[in-house]
Amino acid sequence: MGLLADAFGEGSILIKESVGTRSAAIEIAGELLVQSGKAKHSYVASMLEAVERFGPYIVIAPGIALAHGKPSEDVIETGLSLLVLKQAIEFQHAQNDPVQLVFGLAAIDHESHMETMAKLAEVLSDQDRVSTLLTSSDSDQIRVLLG
Amino acid sequence: MKIIAVCGMGIGTSVLLKINAEKVLKMLRIEATVEAADMATARGAAFDAQIVLTTPELVESLKGLNAEIISIDHFFDLEELRTKLSKALL
Repeated sequence: MGLLADAFGEGSILIKESVGTRSAAIEIAGELLVQSGKAKHSYVASMLEAVERFGPYIVIAPGIALAHGKPSEDVIETGLSLLVLKQAIEFQHAQNDPVQLVFGLAAIDHESHMETMAKLAEVLSDQDRVSTLLTSSDSDQIRVLLG
Repeated sequence: MKIIAVCGMGIGTSVLLKINAEKVLKMLRIEATVEAADMATARGAAFDAQIVLTTPELVESLKGLNAEIISIDHFFDLEELRTKLSKALL
């Protein structure tokens, strides 16, 4: 298994000043998965639907959301994307709002992305690395940080 | 012992919960298997489970299970997981 950064396809990391809504943030994270060849366009709709159906539970820690649909034929290969927002946005989460890091996740099944997720958990458990992610203004620098 | 980590889709949130719960169980020296499940399969998967780990938003929809439901706010805070799991298990 390679680096966590390998799960992020070419052009899958974007730094943006702000977005208008929670849905817009999820859509962008989804489009980044599409652009980097991880999912079909239809997958983006399933990412939005997950939040409409189950609420903002994808905000997994203060400031961090993990937007995803479920394994389906809309997924081309397992991968991640990341939208970094300079201005945080409300996801209507009771504890963890506002959100600045929106990860997109596509997985071909329920198992094969375990190692990638373990590495992601490791990075996101490290407060120093999270702070640097937030202040970074360069997507290549973010890629290096992800390790 | 069996623990189920539940999220809406069974690939993101629940997988992160599973990974960190396994770390904490190891620290606590508790033998348990942790399975990730989505909302559709959670009820079936939880029938012989002792504990269901999930997020605050999903607690309501999981009510009525035999297992004890523990909700986790901050997924990367191993201390929160440790406190809640040890309260339920020790």
